[in-house]
Amino acid sequence: MTTSSTTSDPSVSAEADPHAGTLGKLAGRFGDGVFTTSRFRDNLRLHVSPARLFELLSSLRDDCGFAFLAELGGTDFLGYPGWSRARFQVHYVLRDLERNERLTVLAGVDEPRPALPSATPLWEGANWMEREVYDMYGIEFRGHPDLRRILMPEEFAAFPLRKDYPLRGRGERHNFTRLTRGES
Amino acid sequence: MPANLLDEPEVGYESKQATWTLNFGPQHPATHTTLRLVLEIDGERIVRAVPDIGYLHSGFEKLGEHLTFNQYVTIVDRKNYISPPMNEVAWHHAVETLLDIELTPRCKYIRVIIGELARISDHLLCAGAAALDLGGFTAFLFAFNTRELIYDIYEEMSGYRFHPGYTRVGGVLYDFNDRVLGRIEKLLIALPKALGDVEKLLMRNRIFLDRMRGVGVLTKEDAISFSATGPIARASGVTYDLRKDEPYLAYPDFDFDVPYATEGDCFSRFHVRMEEMRQSTRIIRQAIDNLPGGPCNVPIAEKFPLPDKGTTYNSMEGLIQHFELIMPNRGVETPRNEVYSAIEGPNGELGYYLVTDGSQVAWRTRTRPPSFIHFQLFPHLIKDHLIADIVAVLGSLNIIAAELDR
Repeated sequence: MTTSSTTSDPSVSAEADPHAGTLGKLAGRFGDGVFTTSRFRDNLRLHVSPARLFELLSSLRDDCGFAFLAELGGTDFLGYPGWSRARFQVHYVLRDLERNERLTVLAGVDEPRPALPSATPLWEGANWMEREVYDMYGIEFRGHPDLRRILMPEEFAAFPLRKDYPLRGRGERHNFTRLTRGES
Repeated sequence: MPANLLDEPEVGYESKQATWTLNFGPQHPATHTTLRLVLEIDGERIVRAVPDIGYLHSGFEKLGEHLTFNQYVTIVDRKNYISPPMNEVAWHHAVETLLDIELTPRCKYIRVIIGELARISDHLLCAGAAALDLGGFTAFLFAFNTRELIYDIYEEMSGYRFHPGYTRVGGVLYDFNDRVLGRIEKLLIALPKALGDVEKLLMRNRIFLDRMRGVGVLTKEDAISFSATGPIARASGVTYDLRKDEPYLAYPDFDFDVPYATEGDCFSRFHVRMEEMRQSTRIIRQAIDNLPGGPCNVPIAEKFPLPDKGTTYNSMEGLIQHFELIMPNRGVETPRNEVYSAIEGPNGELGYYLVTDGSQVAWRTRTRPPSFIHFQLFPHLIKDHLIADIVAVLGSLNIIAAELDR
């Protein structure tokens, strides 16, 4: 049992752009047109097409030091005011544990049959998070080793976090078969 | 203990081929919460464990898309119900990052204090239950008894013992008064003694050590690959703590250490948690001693906080502000944008991916649930262990099913 007491000074990161090094490296690796960037508050976002997503993620992990997948999740933008991009968006929050740098990769994916390449070859942790996105939004992850529903029951037919799935209603209970003790 | 003994050649060929399936949960005292494991066992050795979750799925994230930022605080309380204030701090930290609200110094300190209280409350339960599952009932009682003092603090500060619903956008429900501070002082006196008692009972206890040491070992590489954070990652040598690495609230003001271990087994996870409670006590001590004066909430001119009852009933500005925030066709302006913001929860990185569309209600409130992400470690950790080790590993991961399934 040991303790580390490395303090990081928050004023240092405020002066210079903490992402300059990463963006420079990525520009050298990919050139124009593969991804676009946007910023909001302290978030740097890289928007990328599904076709180049895996390539960008693996380059970020192997060349730029973003070894840690902090978060993966989806959003449905159906009916979002002024939305012109693809209906679904999957976000990957990556972290560089050495330099304490964080960035978000956003991939838009559209109907019908929304599908993205799976990030499980890069991070084991993506396994359940991708299953949850599949469960809630119906986005398929190609190359996922075990793409099943995770929170909802197997026989559930809908995708509950989609915007066209209602919050209130009769519920789904009547759709499930009742098992007797003998059948279970 | 890994069951390598069972791999000896004298175990018959036939018995090696025949595996049994054992159902563990969803109603089982040692899972603590509602989760199910389907175990494939060879004798007592676990060949494969398949978690089956979703029994407590309650659509919390869907509800977040229909409740305002202040209403949703009652829901986030119910995610990790062992440490509700930490969820509130995380949720409103994300909202305030999105709305670009700078809190008052006093509010930052108060949020640090309630967050660290939540961390102590979580670790006390986890460390106590780790002992309880392995048969050490007394240590559990010492830990749980001290948690009552923390519930007393919640009750005094907010009026609710279990789900305080204490934070608000731009501030907190009520300012700390002297009685709250008195109760925190009481905890700061009682806690070191309770930790000493728990450690005296467990740290040299042969049964406890044998069942925790070398069990459920998580390597540093696996911890990073499996997205593990918090005490679980720190017990495996990943010295990653958002309070130091991405300082938020008032954490840069405090002097504290980040405990870590390199063994990565159940015992080091237990040990890291015990040490973290001591560090949290240090932070609370410093925060109480240097608690800034001045207003607690951001000024009502900023349009975000709900004015307190006195201001609402006795001043025109307060009444207008209250009306503007409460009436459904009015309210604050939100950007049409999205933000990811995370804090260091008791279980690890507790983050929110928040999307807003300009209205009072979030478009998407994705939680980064540490319990969900840590539970996928379980089949990996429990492989080739004995059935009796399940409770040790499960206890050390601190899975909270309400947060696991949301």
